[in-house]
Amino acid sequence: MGDTTSEPLLTTPLDALHRELGARMVPFAGYAMPVQYQGILHEHAQTRERAALFDVSHMGQAEIRHPEGVAAAAAAFEALVPGDVRGLAEGRIRYTLFTDAHGGILDDLMVTNAGDRLYVVVNAACKHQDFAHMGRHLAGCEVKTLPDRALLALQGPEAAKVLARFAPEAAAMPFMSARALDVGGIAVWASRSGYTGEDGYEISVAADDAEALARRLLAEPEVEAAGLGARDSLRLEAGLCLYGADIDATTSPIEAGLAWVIGKRRREEGGFPGAEAILKQLAEGPSRRRVGLRIEGRQPVRAHAEIRDAGGARIGEVTSGGFGPTVAAPVAMGYVDAAHAAPGTAVACDVRGKALAAQVVPMPFAPHRYFKG
Amino acid sequence: MAKIYFSEEHEWISVEGGVGTVGITEYAQTQLGDVVFVELPEVGASIDKGDDVAVVESVKAASEVYSPVSGEIVEINEELADAPGLVNQNAEGDGWFFKITLADDSELDDLMNREDYDAFVEGLE
Repeated sequence: MGDTTSEPLLTTPLDALHRELGARMVPFAGYAMPVQYQGILHEHAQTRERAALFDVSHMGQAEIRHPEGVAAAAAAFEALVPGDVRGLAEGRIRYTLFTDAHGGILDDLMVTNAGDRLYVVVNAACKHQDFAHMGRHLAGCEVKTLPDRALLALQGPEAAKVLARFAPEAAAMPFMSARALDVGGIAVWASRSGYTGEDGYEISVAADDAEALARRLLAEPEVEAAGLGARDSLRLEAGLCLYGADIDATTSPIEAGLAWVIGKRRREEGGFPGAEAILKQLAEGPSRRRVGLRIEGRQPVRAHAEIRDAGGARIGEVTSGGFGPTVAAPVAMGYVDAAHAAPGTAVACDVRGKALAAQVVPMPFAPHRYFKG
Repeated sequence: MAKIYFSEEHEWISVEGGVGTVGITEYAQTQLGDVVFVELPEVGASIDKGDDVAVVESVKAASEVYSPVSGEIVEINEELADAPGLVNQNAEGDGWFFKITLADDSELDDLMNREDYDAFVEGLE
C-alpha cells in the first residue's frame, strides 16, 4: 500500500503527535502516515468496541461553489458522477463515483450539500487528478481545494457520546448528514460518516486547530489513536471498497456492486460519463461481480490471489484480503464470473500453490452499526 | 547447553545435539506486528540453507522465513496453528517455528551471535 517514489514525504498537521504517541510511520500516497500505534488487532477492537481517532488528513477536501448557488453547483457536479446530487438536501452527504467515458471508476468520494456550496472528500492518491478533473469539467463553478484543513475520523460505538460531550448537537445528527459544530471552542465541519462500518464522524478542522482537537478527543477515556492498518481491516470487514484495489478505471460501478449509487433519475436521464456503458450493463447484467469470500481455516488470502471454481478453472481474482479480527477468520473480496457470484458458491483461492477452500458470502462480514436515530 | 545464532533475515536458531530450533527474532516480530497465521514446513521435508521454509502472516502482510541451515525438518510447532500470537508474545521461546537436523555444522559459521545481531539491528534503526 505504500509507494516507492523518492519524493520527500508530506506530513499531516498531526505528524508530531503521531510520533509522540509512538506510531510506526509509513509512506502512503506521498504522506508519512501512522500505520499503527499499539498494534492493529488492538486498534481494530478498540474501534469496534469503544472509539478510535484516525488521522485522514491526507485525503483531498474541496469546496465547489457556483455564482447561482448550490443547486447550480449540484447540477454541474452531476456531469461527473452518476449520483443524484441535485436531490441532496441541505446538510446531507452522498457516496458517489467519478466515472470515465468507458464506465470505469476514476475515484470514489463523498459529496455534501453544505448549504451555500458542495463539500467534497476524495482519496489521497487521486486528489490531484480529481481536483484537476473538477476544475476542467465543472462548468461555471469555482473549485477551491482545502489544503489547510485536516481531517480526523472519530469512529466507534462511543464516538457519539464523546463528541456530544463537547458539542451536544452531534448526538442527534443523522447518519450521512453534516453540519458545523463548535467542539469546545474549535470550529469544525462534522460529517456523521466513516470507513469502518461503525457509527462515527469525519471531522474537518483548520490545520492549526487539528492537534488541539486530536488531543482533546484522545484525552477522553473512551478514545485511543488508531492507524491505517486498522482502518484497512475495519473497512474490509465492513465490505467497503478501497480505491486502487477493489475499484479502479477497469471496474464498472455495476461489476463492483455499486449500482445503488446511481440515482433513480440518473438511470432514466443518464448524462454522466460512461452512462451508456453503465446503464447497458445495469440492464443486461455484468459478466463479473465483486463478491465477499470466507476462507476456511485461518490462513489469510491476499490481493491478486486467483479464485477457482470447484473444477479448478480460473474464475476471478481477489482484490482485498486479510484476517478479519472481529469475525476472527480470514476474509476477502474479489471479482468472479457472474455465474459463480451467488452466495453459497464453493470456490478455492490459490495461495502459494495451495488451494484454500472458500465460499462466496454476502457482505459486510461484520454488520454495519450506523446511527439510525 | 544450547547455543543460539542469528541470521541477517532475523531468524534465530538454537542448536543442541545436532538439532536446531528455528524461529523469528523479537525484532522481527515487532516489525511484523500482530501475527495471525504461520505456514510451517512439513515434517520430513529436506531443506537447503536459505530456502523459504515458512510464511508468517501479520494482519497486513505475508513475510517469508528462510532456513538458516540445511537439513531435515523433524518437528514443527503445532501450537502456532491455534495460537499464532505466541510469535508476538514470545518470539524467541514458545513462538518457535520448527526443528531441523543440521546437515553441515559449518553453516553456523555464517551466522551471528547475539551481541553481533544486536549491533546489526541497531544499525538498521
